[in-house]
Amino acid sequence: MLYKKRIILKLKEFLIERGLFFCSLLSVLTTLGIVLVLSFETFEFFKEVPIWKFLTDTQWTPLFVNKHFGILPLLCGTFLTTLIAIGVAAPIGLVSAVYLSEYASLKTRNIVKPLMEILAAVPTVVYGYFALLFVTPLLKQIIPNLSGFNSLSAGVVMGIMIVPLISSLSEDAMRAVPMGLREGAYAVGSNRLQVALRIVLPAALSGITAAFILGISRAIGETMIVAIAAGQQPRLTLNPLVPIQTITAYIVQISLGDTPHGTLEYRTIFACGMSLFILTFILNIFSFKLKKRFQEIYE
Amino acid sequence: MNNPALSKINSSFVRKSGVNRRLDKGFKILGIASTAFGLIVLLVLIIDIFLDGAHRLNWDFFVSFPSRKPELAGILSAWVGTVWVMALTALIALPLGIGAGIHLEEYARKNFLTNFIEINIANLAGVPSVIYGLLGLGLFVRYFNLDRSVLAGGLTLALLILPVIILSTREALRAIPSSIREASYALGATKWQTVRYQLMPAALGNIMTGVILAMSRAVGETAPLITIGALTYIAFLPQSPVVFSGGFPFIHFSLQGLFDPFTALPIQIFNWVSRPQKGFFADAAGGIIVLLGLTLLMNAIAILLRHRYQKKVRW
Repeated sequence: MLYKKRIILKLKEFLIERGLFFCSLLSVLTTLGIVLVLSFETFEFFKEVPIWKFLTDTQWTPLFVNKHFGILPLLCGTFLTTLIAIGVAAPIGLVSAVYLSEYASLKTRNIVKPLMEILAAVPTVVYGYFALLFVTPLLKQIIPNLSGFNSLSAGVVMGIMIVPLISSLSEDAMRAVPMGLREGAYAVGSNRLQVALRIVLPAALSGITAAFILGISRAIGETMIVAIAAGQQPRLTLNPLVPIQTITAYIVQISLGDTPHGTLEYRTIFACGMSLFILTFILNIFSFKLKKRFQEIYE
Repeated sequence: MNNPALSKINSSFVRKSGVNRRLDKGFKILGIASTAFGLIVLLVLIIDIFLDGAHRLNWDFFVSFPSRKPELAGILSAWVGTVWVMALTALIALPLGIGAGIHLEEYARKNFLTNFIEINIANLAGVPSVIYGLLGLGLFVRYFNLDRSVLAGGLTLALLILPVIILSTREALRAIPSSIREASYALGATKWQTVRYQLMPAALGNIMTGVILAMSRAVGETAPLITIGALTYIAFLPQSPVVFSGGFPFIHFSLQGLFDPFTALPIQIFNWVSRPQKGFFADAAGGIIVLLGLTLLMNAIAILLRHRYQKKVRW
């Protein structure tokens, strides 16, 4: 009787372990699914459009009669908005991280950090609305020849969205720097700024770099802000005042229309998705490795 | 102090330390300004949206379908769609995510496969949401032929938030000291009994915090749902799962609604923002107040929950 019970118990344990193992395997299957779906359609796409044309053609006009399939204009748009976003987010995020880690009292930190999280939790469609209907009109008063759709306000708002990410990850990195290093610097007469800039910042550099890279990756993949506020005109320009189109915004534009399944237009979004996936994948892995290395040093 | 050379050095030292002190003060102000900047923007955003859309918030707005006339349009199909998709997302992602978290933290041996799964999850958490939309489009909508249904939307969003739930489950379990596990094993409990009766109750608060945060992210996700082809204009609802009418026994259950097309709150907002007519901007702002209220409420609950559990649990 007891023996039988034991067997049932063992069987139950075994089944549960298998079940849980399957759950964690599902994440691998998700990645596999992404890679397979993207590669399958991209492969079909490259049967019709040669890959060198995709990478070198300077025009992106898949919906026109005279079709061109050069990813460069979309890449340029993505690059431009990302650059603006990081230009806003990096200094603000870093300075606020230094402040929160080295200057602020525990009480201030406990109040400010949850509030910062709220900033990161605002849905991106809301930021898009804000960029189009608040930031663009505001900037127009300073820059009169700003278009209604432009990469400047989309990039700035995207930067504000990324500030909490960069700030909180950089702060984590700085707080992981051992207290002894700070105490040593204070003991030889440094003040807080000197400790922060000459001791803590260099010591936390790989963690901060990881945070920046993650911020860049987030900006590249951001979709709704640019789809709403940056326009739908793919063009090869670094002028932040005119409408452009990013890779992500193009995917949204096609998804909204009635592009039939199996057409070349339908496949373009998978080719774009593939480029996006590869780009963010490289950045994410790089950031992950940097962070790992950083943790190994201090933990 | 009579030596002129010495006093020169001394005064330059005093001057320098004065400069340093001012730099330090200046940086502190810069730090406060940078930290406050984001919060001020958040405040401006909320005020701006309230000014634009507060007047649209009345009963009709919640019970009307979208319309060609901005003053008649409402968010009925949008919020019902959001409720459907969210419920489905939670039903799918919760057990799978928590299960995976338990496996990786409690069961998995440190080997190549575990390491691979870990890197993989970290990477999935960073994949842009629009890519999940393409996955949903290729896999659920086309391959499994689910079409642009509630089910396809729920599955897509479930995959999207899975990494977040896995990571927060792992963190919650890691915070429990190993003495709890050892005590449980010493009393003869099996691995699953330890997980089920010791670790789960202890970790539940932190896991729920992570789950609510993940759900609040999913509520606002627009890009993946647009990519799988959720409709932007829809004037009917998915069939209700419970109907109180018809013949005996007067209550009917149906899952047909899972296969109906849908829209969601963020998609409706996006649709209104991208219209050229100015009247729809007010509708969009009204929808945003509802969406933002929902997101902030979920975040507030998560923060309170975390605060409470951090206070209560002391090992």
